[in-house]
Amino acid sequence: MSDEAETPTEATAAPEPETLHGCPVTWSAGQQVLHVPRERYSEVMLALAGEGFDLCSDLCAVDYAGSSSRSLPDGISAERFEVVVNLTSMRHRRRVRVRVQVPDADPVVPSLFAVWPGTEAMEREAWDMLGVAFDGHPDLTRILMPDDWEGHPLRKDYPVGRVPVQFKATARAAADRSGTKGA
Amino acid sequence: MRSRTASAETSEGRQEMAPRGATERAELLREEGAVLRLPEGPTLSPQDVAIEVAGEGETMIINMGPQHPSTHGVLRVMMELDGETVVRSKPVIGYLHTGMEKTAEDLMYIQGSTNVTRMDYLANFFNENVYSMAVEQLLGIEVPPRATWIRMLLCELNRMSSHLLFMATNGMDVGALSMMIYGWRERELVLAFFEKVTGLRMNHNFIRPGGVAADLPAGWRDDVKQICNLIEPRLDEYDELLTGQPIFQERTQGVGVLTPEQAVALSATGPILRSTGVEWDLRRDMPYQYYDQLEFDVIVGQYGDAFDRYAIRLNEIRESIKLVRQIIELVPGGDYRTQDKKVTPPPRARIDESMEALIHHFKLFTEGFRVPAGEVYVPIESPRGELGCYLVSDGSAKPFRLHIRAPSFANLQTLPVMLRGGLIADAVAIISSIDPVMGDVDR
Repeated sequence: MSDEAETPTEATAAPEPETLHGCPVTWSAGQQVLHVPRERYSEVMLALAGEGFDLCSDLCAVDYAGSSSRSLPDGISAERFEVVVNLTSMRHRRRVRVRVQVPDADPVVPSLFAVWPGTEAMEREAWDMLGVAFDGHPDLTRILMPDDWEGHPLRKDYPVGRVPVQFKATARAAADRSGTKGA
Repeated sequence: MRSRTASAETSEGRQEMAPRGATERAELLREEGAVLRLPEGPTLSPQDVAIEVAGEGETMIINMGPQHPSTHGVLRVMMELDGETVVRSKPVIGYLHTGMEKTAEDLMYIQGSTNVTRMDYLANFFNENVYSMAVEQLLGIEVPPRATWIRMLLCELNRMSSHLLFMATNGMDVGALSMMIYGWRERELVLAFFEKVTGLRMNHNFIRPGGVAADLPAGWRDDVKQICNLIEPRLDEYDELLTGQPIFQERTQGVGVLTPEQAVALSATGPILRSTGVEWDLRRDMPYQYYDQLEFDVIVGQYGDAFDRYAIRLNEIRESIKLVRQIIELVPGGDYRTQDKKVTPPPRARIDESMEALIHHFKLFTEGFRVPAGEVYVPIESPRGELGCYLVSDGSAKPFRLHIRAPSFANLQTLPVMLRGGLIADAVAIISSIDPVMGDVDR
């Protein structure tokens, strides 16, 4: 994708870990990935925005519960959740992906709304689907699921299928059906 | 108030109100009500709602949709009205949410394109394409050139059919009912070709990891040429019917205006971003597949209004015709899917004669193929903007996480900004001009 991606940085004899804004960089299928500690998330994102990453293409969260295959650079300890932000620089025609580790005990990251207002719906989706909260978000409510839904469906411990349907009218409808059947 | 008091004496000295343009971008968007902070559901009470009252009069909150003929599927827009003027608004979505990202985690990679093709149900090939590209990048396999060219051909035809449907619905929404009939008629020409190629008009499941499901049928070049020759003069008829028509212009020009800064800040892509004058098309600016070998123009607007978005889509059909005509000359011979036996099922005839083919076939359809652990984000330019696929694999035969960056989902965020200050009668034209596909928004 980007030309710099082709230069094999890890092939050098004494591999100096590549960093950007003091955060370790890895390459995945030719794409630049920046691993940012949660404490430095806001600061680094602001710096990236100032660097010309003017378009926040995508923001999503991943639940890594039960996965053992994730490889992370030194200094980044794996946590259950990860917030993944894909940024695009329209000026430099470059992309960078930012991955932040978010612990299960305290699944909160700062909101990017003030930097890219377009993350508003995406952060709500991440909250709704995976239960990762965004500090400073103006309206962190459910977006895809009904307001009274319990649980966060894209979490790995949320089972597929055979969940009781949570719509309020269901119990009444079932009673109606059995009533008509009896009559 | 704003216009009269540009400066005022206060207890802290003379205070001047900065011009509106000087407000920080994010702050302005917050003020403009990019988000309408309203509690929903049964708890909604007028007392709960802190409304910044616009003007002297009282405001009223009404819901447009989810069942409304002009909301394009099941979109609900909450609007705060001051008379007939929209003060704030908030799109409420999720009515078509079917948990496709969760479903994807339970389907093998080989089954995945059946799932993703139903997301943006007007641009099926793009969903399949972006998903297949993501899987292939993780697998590290090369797709034969013919397969890639076939994908590009189908995608450009799909862009035409999607934009033709926009022509139809946009015409319908602003009252040009003849346009609706014509748009559907022309779209059907393209869909008939899709049916000939894939067996289905929509939800094709044709582009799969490793290539495409089948080769193009005999005589496809003539079919495609005929479609192009038929549609091209009809686009000129649309020009006569709509583009130059005063009523249509009245309904769309200057309606739903978006500035380039707002569009970029709100992550809008595709025709919405280009209507504001930002030249950004992934096919040209970050080329994927073989788009760098093709000659085409990126259509941009100037005013960022509903008319520009209409005009861009109309001309993008012309550009797609141009692309399709180049592609049919460039499609090479060869395989239409990779010969990697671990990814591609063997041909039916081989199963009868080869034990190994039978084993491969059985393994592939019971266990699927394993994809090396990793993660990848693949963006392509769909008719609605940047369609991205973020795929995480843990080395098994099913995606660990599949996230689709849906262009309609992001584009819908521009709606409150476009609606603000406009008339409620224009809301229909504005919603239509975003061209949201609710299957894409809700997934």
